[in-house]
Formats: sequence, structure tokens, C-alpha cells
Amino acid sequence: MKILVCVKQVPATDSRIKPTGDGVGVDLSSVDWIINPYDEFAIEEALQLKAKHDGEVVVVSIGGDKVEDAMRSALALGVDTAEVIKDAGSAASDSLGIAKGLAAIAKRHNPDLILCGKQAVDDDQMAVPAMLAELLDLPQATVVVGMEVAEDGKSAKVDREIEGGHEKIEVTFPAVIATQKGLNEPRYANLKGIMAAKKKKIEVLSAADLGLGEFGSKVEVLAVNPPAEKTGARMIEGDAAAQVTELIKVLHDEEKII
Amino acid sequence: MSSIYDYFNTETFFTEEERMARDAVRDFVGAKILPNIEAHFENRTFPHELTPELGALGVFGSNLPEKYGCAAMSNTAYGLIMQELERGDSGLRSFVSVQGALVMYPIFAYGNEDQRQRWLPGLAQGSLVGAFGLTEPDFGSNPAGMKTHAVQNGDSWTLNGAKMWITNGSVADIALVWAKDDEGKIHGFIVDTKSPGFSAPEMKRKMSLRASVTSELVLQDVVVPETDRLPEAKGLKAALGCLTQARYGIAWGAVGAALACFETAVEYSKTRIQFDRPIGGFQLVQAKLAEMHTEIAKAQLLALRLGQLKDRGEVTFGQVSMAKRNNVAMALDVARSAREILGANGISTEYPIMRHMTNLESVKTYEGTHDIHTLILGQEITGIPAFT
Ligand SMILES: Cc1cc2nc3c(=O)[nH]c(=O)nc-3n(C[C@H](O)[C@H](O)[C@H](O)COP(=O)(O)OP(=O)(O)OC[C@H]3O[C@@H](n4cnc5c(N)ncnc54)[C@H](O)[C@@H]3O)c2cc1C
Repeated sequence: MKILVCVKQVPATDSRIKPTGDGVGVDLSSVDWIINPYDEFAIEEALQLKAKHDGEVVVVSIGGDKVEDAMRSALALGVDTAEVIKDAGSAASDSLGIAKGLAAIAKRHNPDLILCGKQAVDDDQMAVPAMLAELLDLPQATVVVGMEVAEDGKSAKVDREIEGGHEKIEVTFPAVIATQKGLNEPRYANLKGIMAAKKKKIEVLSAADLGLGEFGSKVEVLAVNPPAEKTGARMIEGDAAAQVTELIKVLHDEEKII
Repeated sequence: MSSIYDYFNTETFFTEEERMARDAVRDFVGAKILPNIEAHFENRTFPHELTPELGALGVFGSNLPEKYGCAAMSNTAYGLIMQELERGDSGLRSFVSVQGALVMYPIFAYGNEDQRQRWLPGLAQGSLVGAFGLTEPDFGSNPAGMKTHAVQNGDSWTLNGAKMWITNGSVADIALVWAKDDEGKIHGFIVDTKSPGFSAPEMKRKMSLRASVTSELVLQDVVVPETDRLPEAKGLKAALGCLTQARYGIAWGAVGAALACFETAVEYSKTRIQFDRPIGGFQLVQAKLAEMHTEIAKAQLLALRLGQLKDRGEVTFGQVSMAKRNNVAMALDVARSAREILGANGISTEYPIMRHMTNLESVKTYEGTHDIHTLILGQEITGIPAFT
């Protein structure tokens, strides 16, 4: 079974980010970079499937300068090989540009299964998995929290999270599956894996290598605004009974929350 | 880019896999150790259920060769791993130090190939736990005087004696016990802790390293086959060779404990308001922070260079002594200053500082007391030993 896992490198979730001077971008010069947390479920699922069905796990990413770090981390977890597209504008491409790039890589590999995280936690578009499935004309299942691959490795019954409940569907492979928290418990990198990753290759491709035109974006960002500043906290003093009375008064009369 | 926690940007001297190893251990400690460490410290327990997970992570003997199930990482990576473990708790780092530097290393360095094959993979996985028995009730800084006695009868040895202050003693599957033969020669034995005559009562009244098991070892006519004696461990020098490995790790580990205290103090000083301003805005508090900051940066540089020398095979035991002595004393001073900055909160287990501070009292004493390292350096400088 050949599994392709699409991974995005995103700023660490505890990064303190601020808009760039021109107000249309985010200053990423001093953030730490991590693998998108939802993609970790995709990597874990791929590794578990490989253990059960044999085969190969290839991780791919389109990104900026440091994208190899994310690939190295994935290789340390047990992924077999990595490919990245790094090109002018590749990191700033919109969802469709990314999906086209991933589709081009997918065509080179003919995987049985493509796994992605259900969304990237930086710009939260939730668009790439669906676009990728569409471009490749493959069945898709998004927001997947459970997954049972048939013995023959040719289809899967998946459990999707939907508003207020769950939906069970069956997809035949090849398919695109987008993973949600709860699907599995991602493993930690271990030291032997880190040493093994050192010997694995990361192939760096350009758009031209894949027969693609230049990366660009059909979306123009007009402004990026930080969340409103939090106003100061207020301490309520007194004994427990007095505090409760005061708290109810504040919530009801002043803040009008209850 | 430098940060206040790595002011001289030592980061750039580490290889990619060294950084990844550090981060992997930091993540593990953050997720699995920190949430429960205060409870373990208060209840005087070690999280034994995590031993196999620590094994899977690869921290036991991480600088030993792959063919024994180890990660074969550099000594610098090993040091960074110790730093991250001790950022969590010195008890955790002690557990890993003993297993790796004081049990696996001597089997690797002074054992034969059979012994290596037999013990190292299990110890690396954490399916076996080891202890190191050198210190005795009457012989601490002066282990050469040890009374534990080994008599050879044909293919086996009979051991009698007592060891004290032995980390992991009560939970170990094997104990590396150092004992003297009739001629006064010191040997190292791999003792199966299930052997008749062996017992290891836990020492329960500790106010330091409470999240680490410390025990006495009692040996009454314990029979050890000759095949479980380390053939290349000739004399006390071998035991001291293990200690150099462990001290090397402590020099890095202490930086981790200091960083934990410093970070806590920095955050606290920026948010604690007295006299209508953050206490971090007062000169006296800033003076403490600047001192801690400087001493940590110096200790990091010392550890970095020590690692480079060890990776090149050029490190001397005197350099290791200096780094252990300096960095542990530094960490204890940082913990004390951090404690003051937190005021009353500093003494509570709500914050990690008091725990680190009391732990570091043990770290300052074991693996050669601070003053014994002073004497080692004194001898290096003058050529005159001042021990007796
Ligand atoms: C929590 C904990 C865990 C430990 N784990 C282990 C373990 O796993 N295995 C093991 O073998 N040991 C272990 N030890 C023991 C440790 O190594 C000894 O405590 C240490 O070597 C000091 O010995 P001592 O306590 O007998 O002190 P002593 O040797 O009695 O020293 C007491 C004081 O006298 C000073 N002193 C001694 N000699 C001189 C001198 N010549 N000149 C100047 N000052 C001197 C010392 O510096 C010290 O301040 C552990 C100790 C602790 C606290």
C-alpha cells in the first residue's frame, strides 16, 4: 500500500504573531515552525496502516525556506521518503495553487491513499483536501475521526464528524481522506527514529520539475488585523458569599451576560 | 536567533538531530512528566509506568551503539537530553543517568560481548532497570575504603556488605555492585537483585529527590557467577570512569533545572504587581535576574564546549569536574534567587522552584560532592592531592 501524506508547516500554535508593517501579511520572522497538528493525525494513520498492510509512506509539502525541517520531523516518526516543492511564491500560494501542486506530485506516485489534515491551523481555509480530491477526480472523506481499511487494502469505512453527530461512509481507494482530532494518538519522535531520519532523503522539486506554471494566488489579502486587546481583569474581593453576590451582579447588570 | 534563555545562541552549534533529540525529549517531558511531577514529589513516588515509554523514546544509553538497541547519538545530544530531563525533575534525570551512565556504560566499557548482548538491549528498552552500588554507610567521598567484600570460590563469587544511598535500588532488576577481594582489589559485579541474600530496603525520609527511589543494598552471602563479573573493570578506576560519564550528564542537566527556575522567575516578575508595578521593574529584582541570566549563559557555554570536547574524545576528567561543580552550584544559586523572586509562592509546589532547589542539594552532593571536585581541581592546578 502506497500512502501519500500531505503536510503543511505552520507557525507553532503558541507563537505570538503580529501583522507586517504594510498590514496585509503576518510577520513570521521569529516564529517556531511545526507540523500542522491535524496533519499529525494523517501521518500517524499512515504509519499504522503501513504497519498493518505493508507498503510505503511518502510525505509531501509545499512551503517556504524551512519546510525541510517539517519533513525531517515526519521522517523521524517513521515516514519513508519526503518530497517538497519550494519555489518562488510557493509558500504564499492560495489553496487552489497548493492543491494543484499536490495533485501534480500525487500523479507521479499513484498512491492507494492520500491523507491530509482536515485544515491547517494558520489560515484555516479547510479547502485543500476537497480541491485535491476534485482535481484528481477521487472520492473524498473529510473530518474523519474513525477509519477501518478493508483487508484487501482497497477501500475503507470511515467515520466522519458532522454537526450534532457522526456519519459513516465507505470510500473506495484511491481516495483523499482528511483527518480530524480523535482519529488516533500521534506518536512521539524517538531518538532512534531521529538518527534514522538523518539517512533518509528529502527530494526538493520546483514547479517546473512537475510541469506546473508559477505559483501564484487568485486571492488578494486586503488587511490582517490582530484580535482586539483584552481589557484588564477585575478582582472581586470579600468572603465567598460576598464574591458570589458581586459576581452575579456584574454578570447580570454590568456585562449583561446572564 | 538568541533568546534570553539561550543568550549566546548555543543553538547554532547543535546539529539538526541534536536539536530534534532535545525537542523530542522536551515534548515528552512536557506531556508525560510535568503534569504529575509535583504529586510524585509530594508522595515520594517515581512514575514507573513511564519506564517503557522512556525506553521507547530512547533516552537510556542514548550515546551507545545501535547494535545494542541504543540510538548512537553524539555526546552533545546526550547532554541536551539530560538538560531536558532535568528541566522536568532531577529525579527523572537521575533515573536515566544511573541506567545509562552508571549501568549501561560500564557493561559496555568494561563488560565482554556476551554481557553486552545479554543486558544492554533490555536496559535500553526499559524492560530492565539497573542500579549502581558504590557508596557505603561509612565510605562516601572515599570509596576506596569500601568494606563490601567478594570472595572467589571456583566459578563464582560470594558477596557480603552494605551499600547506601543507591538510586533505583529497590526497583532494580540488576545492581552493579563494587566490592573488594581478599587482596584489596576492587571489582564490579552485575548482581541479579532476585538472588538469595540480596535485599534493598527503600530510604524513605528524603526531603530531596523525592520523585526518585533511593535505597540501601544489603548483601548477605550473595552468590554471583564469575560470568557476571565485569572482566575489564580493574580497580576503582573503572568505577570512577562511570562517574565521569554521569558527571558529564549532570553538567548539562543542571542547566535544565536552572532554566526551569529562571523561566518561572522571569514570567512571575513580569506579572506580579506590588506598589502598583510589576516587581520585574524594580532594580533589586532586575539585579537578581541579570545575575541568574549571566550565570546560566556561562554554564551553557561550558556545557557546550564540554560536549564538543567529549565528542572529539579529548575531554579530561578535570574538565568534567569543573563543569559539574560549577553548573550544579550555579543551578542551586539560580533556584534560590528564583525562590526569593516568587516570595511565598516560591516555597509552594504550585511552582517548580522549591522542588528543583531541594533536588539540587542532592545533585550537589552525589557524583562527587562540590568540595571533592574542588580538591580534584586543586590537584589539577598544583599537582598536590589534598584529599587526606
Ligand atoms: C539522593 C542520592 C542518591 C544517590 N545515589 C547514589 C547511587 O546511585 N550510587 C552510589 O553509589 N551513591 C549514590 N549516592 C551517594 C553519593 O554519591 C554520596 O552521598 C557522596 O559521594 C558523598 O558521600 P557521603 O554522603 O558519605 O558524604 P561524606 O563523604 O561523608 O562527606 C561529608 C562532607 O564532608 C566533605 N568531605 C569529605 N571528604 C573530604 C575531604 N577529603 N576534604 C574536604 N571535605 C571532605 C564532603 O565534601 C561533604 O561536604 C547518592 C546520594 C544521594 C543523596
